[in-house]
Amino acid sequence: MLQQKSKKGAFLALVCVAALLALVVALENTLDPTKNILLFTSLKKGAVYALVAVSMNLLNGFTGLFSLGQAGFMLLGAYTYAILTIPVESRESVYYLYGGSAVKFSLPDLFGGADTVPGLVLGVLIALILAGCVAAAVAWLIGLPVLRLKSDYLAIATLGFGEIIRAIFQWDKLGPVTNGANALKNFPTFSSFNITNADGQVVFRLSTFVAFLIAAVCIALIVLLINSSYGRAFKAIREDEIAAEAMGVNLAKHKRLAFCVSSFFAGVGGGMFAMFANQAQAKTFTTAMTYEILLIVVIGGIGSVSGSAIAAFLYVAASEWWLRFLDAEMWVFGIKVPFLRTGFRMVVFSIIIMIVVLFFRQGLMGSRELPDLFRRRPRKSPRKAGEHNG
Amino acid sequence: MLKIDDLRVNYGGIEAVKGITFEVPEREIVTLIGANGAGKSTTLRAIAGLVKPASGRIHLQAEDITSLSPDRIVSKGITLVPEGRHVFPDLTVLENLKIGAYLRTDSLEDDIRWVYDLFPRLKERSWQAAGTLSGGEQQMLAVGRALMSRPKLMMMDEPSLGLAPLVVKGIFDIIKEINRQGVTILLIEQNANMALHTADTAYVLETGRLTMRGTGRELLSDEAVKKAYLG
Repeated sequence: MLQQKSKKGAFLALVCVAALLALVVALENTLDPTKNILLFTSLKKGAVYALVAVSMNLLNGFTGLFSLGQAGFMLLGAYTYAILTIPVESRESVYYLYGGSAVKFSLPDLFGGADTVPGLVLGVLIALILAGCVAAAVAWLIGLPVLRLKSDYLAIATLGFGEIIRAIFQWDKLGPVTNGANALKNFPTFSSFNITNADGQVVFRLSTFVAFLIAAVCIALIVLLINSSYGRAFKAIREDEIAAEAMGVNLAKHKRLAFCVSSFFAGVGGGMFAMFANQAQAKTFTTAMTYEILLIVVIGGIGSVSGSAIAAFLYVAASEWWLRFLDAEMWVFGIKVPFLRTGFRMVVFSIIIMIVVLFFRQGLMGSRELPDLFRRRPRKSPRKAGEHNG
Repeated sequence: MLKIDDLRVNYGGIEAVKGITFEVPEREIVTLIGANGAGKSTTLRAIAGLVKPASGRIHLQAEDITSLSPDRIVSKGITLVPEGRHVFPDLTVLENLKIGAYLRTDSLEDDIRWVYDLFPRLKERSWQAAGTLSGGEQQMLAVGRALMSRPKLMMMDEPSLGLAPLVVKGIFDIIKEINRQGVTILLIEQNANMALHTADTAYVLETGRLTMRGTGRELLSDEAVKKAYLG
């Protein structure tokens, strides 16, 4: 019975996601993007942050490993994506300080160029997957020593990793690959997915849709992992390592798995962030970015995937869009409203976050998921025997 | 079934177990009694693979399991009910049981029914978070969770710890019932009275050495044991 129920739940979730994606396409093609630039910026960045926040939640919320290396793994993903997708003909101009790139190929070019459909779709897809793989491989390597550490010590070690990786990527000697401290650009972005006619005019917009689609697929994969027996083992480790080990859960193996999978999706998220920002530069992936994502996870609820996703959009919308008016001077009935000036937005934003953290200790969702809110008697009620599945 | 041969274990820089040799015959209830710090828990942890012994051998049905990892040992059929219960507090009762069967890939339906028959209380609370159960119920859950791995040998570390006398009696009745259904049991207890009444064979462990061996009845009537452990 429960299996039927979960099948029904999965079907419902699929319908909801499809509806959301359709809504995004509809919005993008009915609203004028030049007038609603903040809305679409928030949506795209929100999708990227939602994915990274969920990947961080997998580690911090579900496995109980307090890691702060997310920005570092995003950086790896962003650079991998950018290096693999900059068209060969633009490499000379992007890497002009280093006399061209050391990487002589471009994934979209291998499939016919970034302006053809297979070149764009396959090139971007493979580059994003490789971005995740590079992040996961590095996670595996640093996980060997670092995952022996517990709680705060793990946080400090991973924080250090993020700083080191940023310094390495800005190193001048690596210039032919990373372009030193300069930005990588001219690679395919979300906007490249807008369909244009022969004159180069946009006839159908898909840029926000693509961001949502990639994020949705990745989050769905993470949810599948969390609901599998691996996910159960992750939660067991979070709750009680001693008991988990006594039950036969291999601690080292499962921690490594959670760390690598989380980093994989942070890497994909990093690639998407590069697509969103139209450039990849090491100095954007600061520790502050990790804290932003951690904040989203905490606000959404540690141990809630839907909480992280919702909080990501709220956070991005509030910081990029809804509070913008606070940065401009405003006159009401001939009186200048006090305090409003550039930067005041962040003051108000910080206060809001403090209030949220003070009054919603569990975050918006706690450890519940979105469907739990619609269930009338969640979990507590004793149910009939035989409902449990095997 | 389980043979311990000259087992030595160092724990936190001191030699907690100083060369003990004993045997757990199939289908019996064997108990180790002893004071705090006698090395009882360390012995169990070494058998479960959670700490590495300094020397000595552990055999399960003629197979050497001394240096295997904890998950391999669980899959060989030895399971540990840890001291202080250690249920997963934020997971439901049912989820707790499923983690007990983590290494199994076959259907759990029958075993869940078996555990729920043994502990009807758990069935009532199937969807409740384990952290909200009472101490006695948590102990039932810890035992039930251990049974989910279909153990040949179940090791229990202080199952009576912090429980009301009536609840303790209930737990020991269940231990006997589980044993009757074919599970060999190795029990360590400070509550010597209860343990000796239940056990077929009993050992006294004192500061890392076995000092006495006998049936439960024999040790119950032994003057030295009476004086030291039965009060």
